[in-house]
Amino acid sequence: MTEWHLLPTAVSASADGAGTNWELALSSLWPLISGAIMGTIPLALSSFALGLVLALVVALMRLSRNRIVSGIARAYVSVIRGTPLLVQLFVIFYGLPSIGVKLDPWPSAIIAFSLNVGGYAAEVIRAAILSVPKGQWEAAYTIGMSRTRALSRIILPQAARVSVPPLSNTFISLVKDTSLASLILVTEMFKQAQKIAAFSSEFMLVYIEAALIYWIICLVLSSGQSVIEKRLDRYVAH
Amino acid sequence: MSPTDPHATTEPLLSVTGLHKAFGDHEVLRGIDLSVDPGKVLVLIGPSGSGKTTVLRSINGLEIPDAGVVTATDGIRVDYAANPPRKDILALRDRTAMVFQHNNLFPHMTVLENIIEGPVQVKGISKKDATADAVELLGRVGLAEKRDAYPFQLSGGQAQRVGIVRALALKPQLLLFDEPTSALDPELVGEVLAVMKELADEGWTMVVVTHELAFARQVADEVLFMDGGVIVERGAPRDIFTAPKQERTKQFLRRILSPLD
Repeated sequence: MTEWHLLPTAVSASADGAGTNWELALSSLWPLISGAIMGTIPLALSSFALGLVLALVVALMRLSRNRIVSGIARAYVSVIRGTPLLVQLFVIFYGLPSIGVKLDPWPSAIIAFSLNVGGYAAEVIRAAILSVPKGQWEAAYTIGMSRTRALSRIILPQAARVSVPPLSNTFISLVKDTSLASLILVTEMFKQAQKIAAFSSEFMLVYIEAALIYWIICLVLSSGQSVIEKRLDRYVAH
Repeated sequence: MSPTDPHATTEPLLSVTGLHKAFGDHEVLRGIDLSVDPGKVLVLIGPSGSGKTTVLRSINGLEIPDAGVVTATDGIRVDYAANPPRKDILALRDRTAMVFQHNNLFPHMTVLENIIEGPVQVKGISKKDATADAVELLGRVGLAEKRDAYPFQLSGGQAQRVGIVRALALKPQLLLFDEPTSALDPELVGEVLAVMKELADEGWTMVVVTHELAFARQVADEVLFMDGGVIVERGAPRDIFTAPKQERTKQFLRRILSPLD
């Protein structure tokens, strides 16, 4: 949008020959990176944070002995996992206005991605909680803890260790899935790429450049995952 | 360290009557009565599946029996048949502490953190006081230098001694031991039993489920032999071990004491 108009002349000159491809690559770098910084990354971070909170609630609901509560959670996970993310995005952004709920692109995207992460991560968290041995609950109870305190002090810290690798997968998928937000008018990195590509007709170059930036972001996330895993592994025998 | 003056009262510290529990069609407890006086050590022996562990777990509400009444000091009375309120079970837990077969230490906490978790988080004792207490207790079981170790860095015997300290730090009226040496290497059993004997000598009230008959013989004030969900025979260790009356008790002791005959 506004950044787009700052794009250098190299874009329009690019059709002239191979020599100017590098110029195009260089000059489109900043619009793409700013799309990542202003769009992709905050979208992914906020959706993941909200999605994790939602996922914890849904996981606990699924573990509830109350059939209705666990049934609601089960249905939610089933719908989220059983429908395409793109359809979820479209329902929220293009569908909801027809029943009077009109949301801007950004809130629509954050809601859709959070709901999506909530569904997938709920299953991860549920499995991680179940992976903690029953004796840990019992030990917590015998020192006088309530269920809530046992969960927060004893069970979740151990479940966290188990859930880091699969949750990292979810997060990395989310980073890439934010490109779908371009289809509901959110100016994130891929939207920028589409504009530059359309304007310059250098589809291959621009899309590969965008792909590289996604890849770099994911590499950084993977190394972050290793750091967290190492830290949480300090109490495990090797 | 002794929580109770054994001479202060003759009322039992804990009593259990009419305990019944079935898992599906299988009746694991078919009417258990027992009581423990302050300062006494009650040892439950019997074959696997006889229900001894279920009795122990019913005392602190880890297992909810189908029927039976548990009474403790200060008028605490839990009638399991009457869907007892949660706060009564919590009150029962507040007076007891448990040592498990598989120590169940919290793996993500250091030894010290394991010990002070209950006092600080549940009992509201300051971290400073709880730490001082924990360090003192650790010293008593010879593990002062392990305070910052994680459970995986301990031997089985050390972990079990930390489990005992974690229980003691709660300052319970009654200590429950659920086969505390069954999962240990044979040569580590002694160090754990030695700590338990010391606690008995100091006047702690204990209910111990164990296969260590030598421990029962030396330390118990009363021995209960369980089989098939009932108490087959009870009495002073001298009587049970040297002159058992029931044929089932004789058979059990014979098999354990001289398995090759």
